[in-house]
Amino acid sequence: MLLIRCPWCGERDELEFAYGGEADRPRPHSPDELDDRQWAEFLFLRRNEKGWRRERWRHSSGCGRWFNLRRNTTTHEIDQKEEGA
Amino acid sequence: MKKYSALALLKGGLSGHLQWERAWRDAKPKAHYDVVIVGGGGHGLATAYYLAREFGVTNVAVLEKGWIGGGNTGRNTTIVRSNYLWDESAALYEHALKLWENLSTALNYNVMFSQRGVLNLAHTLGDVRDSHRRVNALRLNGVDSEWLDAEQIKQFCPPISINPDARYPVLGGTLQRRAGTARHDAVAWGYARAASALGVDIIQNCEVTGFIRSGSAIAGVQTTKGDIKAGKVGLVTAGHSSVLADLAGFRLPVESHPLQALVSEPVKPVLDCVVMSNAVHVYVSQSDKGELVIGAGIDAYNSYAQRGSFPVIEHQMGALLELFPIFSRLKMLRHWGGIVDVCPDASPIIGKTPIDNLFINCGWGTGGFKATPGSGHVFAHTIAQGEPHKLAAPFSLDRFATGQLIDEHGAAGVAH
Repeated sequence: MLLIRCPWCGERDELEFAYGGEADRPRPHSPDELDDRQWAEFLFLRRNEKGWRRERWRHSSGCGRWFNLRRNTTTHEIDQKEEGA
Repeated sequence: MKKYSALALLKGGLSGHLQWERAWRDAKPKAHYDVVIVGGGGHGLATAYYLAREFGVTNVAVLEKGWIGGGNTGRNTTIVRSNYLWDESAALYEHALKLWENLSTALNYNVMFSQRGVLNLAHTLGDVRDSHRRVNALRLNGVDSEWLDAEQIKQFCPPISINPDARYPVLGGTLQRRAGTARHDAVAWGYARAASALGVDIIQNCEVTGFIRSGSAIAGVQTTKGDIKAGKVGLVTAGHSSVLADLAGFRLPVESHPLQALVSEPVKPVLDCVVMSNAVHVYVSQSDKGELVIGAGIDAYNSYAQRGSFPVIEHQMGALLELFPIFSRLKMLRHWGGIVDVCPDASPIIGKTPIDNLFINCGWGTGGFKATPGSGHVFAHTIAQGEPHKLAAPFSLDRFATGQLIDEHGAAGVAH
């Protein structure tokens, strides 16, 4: 069971959260100019890191707000020292 | 390779079982191979076997960073079925099922394939409609499938509860009689033994740490046992596909998740079929040893840790007891996780990569075991010919750019 700190509500267990996947994936600035390959890259390709990665979580059963955190995908360790609201 | 037979077993019994030889050679790496397969799970070993057996390519190595069959091949719930909704999937999984039906004979190794029937239950009106659609689609594709109502389900599988007052009552379900289970370890060992006998080198404790390039093509792999030159390389590394793709310099649409399973204490025969439920989400069968083998869904988050989390266990136990109140006093014995590589459309990727002579077979997600023989066969063809097997062609990496996805989420029977 992961213990995750919602920046607004404090520490809660993972059941209160929804997973939002890889962080830092901005929507394309000019979607009209993308070709199929670039669309595929945005829609489907993922870094799927082994080790530390930045990811999105949502406190879905609490305040409902989104936030980022760093988590290690081999140890499940969570580092929220640097990630603010 | 000495042939296994009833007579050999009898002779062994009379002579203290001292005559058995190693099932397969523990090979040392050579400097060059025509084909190097990265990943010694069922799919990788099957690929090597069919390369040697069907396509005459015998200068082949299978590199495994741990021990063969120690990943998802040894961690699944051993269910084999081919009742997939879409034409492309039905064709591929049915190809595998047909190979399963003769596999023990072909490999001269008992993989204990048992066609005990797989039930997929329907608990809502939506489920019922989807099930009927799936039965019809499967029959059009030549895959056996039938609809059973709740009474017929009870008759086919007596320990199940069809209590209409349940929160999600069993309204009926589909049955594939040719589906069933197989002994997962035996699949790895059987393919390894047969491939080794045909000249394939199986090299354990040999991790690939990088790739050797020659222009736009692959020329070999760097490993913890030194560099190995190769004409062609096939990646079959399931949960670690992204890691290998990263080393090779391209990206994949897969994400790695833990999928866990558990077994109960062994009991006398009580469940002689496989029961799967999408709505309450659990699947269960009984092993020949007597343990109930129980699985459910993946953990939502990405992970490379081969363990699952407790909320998933709690959920699947709840679902199991909803269907089988009779199991409420069983103790659970062991629990484990494997890392599955899930594609956005829940279908595998089989074929070429952006690098010449580098091929990939991944993305089987939560359902790879059932496909082992078919996957190995079409991938061997793809590597040997340099062009995708016709059953593999729709499963190219390109489909994510062309948009021709094969969306088996939900359609595949269990939505993970």
